Amino acid sequence: MGRSLAQAAMEEGKSATYLPSYGVEVRGGTCNCTVAVSDEEIASPIASSPEYVVVMNQPSLVKFQNQIESGGLLFVNSSLVDSQISRGDIDVVRVPASSMAEELGNPKSVNMVMMGAFIKKTNLVSISTLIDGLASALKNKEDLVEINKKALLAGYGLF
Amino acid sequence: MDGNSAIGEAAIRAGCQCYFGYPITPQNELTEYMAAHLGKRKGCTFIQAESELAAINMVFGASVVGARAMTSSSSPGISLKQEGISYLAACELPAVIVNMCRGGPGLGSIAAAQSDYFQATRGGGHGDYRTIVLAPSSVQELADFTHRAFDLADKYHTPVLILGDGMLGQMMEPVEFKHEAPEVLPVRSGALRGAKGRPSRIIKTLSSNPADVEELNWSLFRRYELIKKEEVTYETFMVDDAKLIVVAFGIAARIAKGAIKNARASGLQVGMLRPTTLWPFPSQKVRELAQNTKQFLVFELNMGQMIEDVQLALEGKGEVSFYGRPGGVVSAPNEVLRVITRLYYQKGLEK
Repeated sequence: MGRSLAQAAMEEGKSATYLPSYGVEVRGGTCNCTVAVSDEEIASPIASSPEYVVVMNQPSLVKFQNQIESGGLLFVNSSLVDSQISRGDIDVVRVPASSMAEELGNPKSVNMVMMGAFIKKTNLVSISTLIDGLASALKNKEDLVEINKKALLAGYGLF
Repeated sequence: MDGNSAIGEAAIRAGCQCYFGYPITPQNELTEYMAAHLGKRKGCTFIQAESELAAINMVFGASVVGARAMTSSSSPGISLKQEGISYLAACELPAVIVNMCRGGPGLGSIAAAQSDYFQATRGGGHGDYRTIVLAPSSVQELADFTHRAFDLADKYHTPVLILGDGMLGQMMEPVEFKHEAPEVLPVRSGALRGAKGRPSRIIKTLSSNPADVEELNWSLFRRYELIKKEEVTYETFMVDDAKLIVVAFGIAARIAKGAIKNARASGLQVGMLRPTTLWPFPSQKVRELAQNTKQFLVFELNMGQMIEDVQLALEGKGEVSFYGRPGGVVSAPNEVLRVITRLYYQKGLEK
């Protein structure tokens, strides 16, 4: 998800960095990446306090909700995260991404559902750039491109 | 493209003929890239060696016969290669060695660190020698400096080290390659490719006569003096009116730059010096900056190694502070900003 966002930003001529976390993790644990998008040169690829945080599961919410900038936007996968958000100084966008992906027929497309909702709200890159990027990322595997496109549009259409 | 793969592509475009790898995190993407792309090229060789020692000695062999050769590893693996690097230096053989540094000592952690600065800039192995050390801070520079590393190695007949870190290796950024891969692979002159029609040449490091070895050392050090004169590179950022200059290299310099931009936004006159060659170190530039700025803050992802070069360069003509995080812990820009701000007011620079 982070990678396709950075790729799309690059395609649109913006500066972009994608920094994956690299460590030992368990299934269902936390695994994260940081994406910076800017019209100028990006100094640090590490964000002190990101404007947007997307959490896909409960452990990630616990780990990352405190990092988000005051006034920022928190996206939660509400299918897997049911607890209250303790921060009062941020806006929360709830996306039932997992259940939507399941309804669409492929639970793995959960990230693209979230991605659609994310760019609709943030307007960081355009939906068409992302859709164009799918073909090269998925090496033209028609069926996968179609599944991911459907998921993107479903998330995009939520808001 | 990720940083490790960018090095691989740049090496291929620089005419690298042989790559010898051995797996270690966080540089495996480079070995993977070379396995996929270098091995396919006509006349080129990719080998996953049985050990780091084997890999560096394969580089030695390839370099003797004049091929552009390369190996890569991360901190513990680079320690294992030091014997071979010392032999390469002694035999005046070019080679490119990439260290995607991780937290040490020992096996340490797999996260990004800069704790191999001493090892990189002081030779690293046994004996009196130096290696040129390049310090990129973006994926673009990883590509550009890889090309430059091969050119420098050939020009000065010396091993050249690229000192990156786990974060640079893993992160993705746009990158442009400025060269096309050569049609004909470069072969260094003076390579051993058969002695037909000329007297034989012997490449060796052992001599029973100490005077011969002394002469080799003199010859190496004359060359090192030339490298110090000709090949120092660095970047400066907003130093002209700076009351405090942050000195940082590699990924730490990018974190510092983020902090400096914020410091500037709140009116603090802070600048940065970023050495892009760690050996030779831009000592002259440090002294030059000290004519206008008396306060220096060295920021490194270790317990303070480059700070010694800054202090040596300053010869007491400026005050040096240090901030660092070792072991693979990486500071965020706001953490460095707090250090800058505190120091700025402690030293009364706002007046």
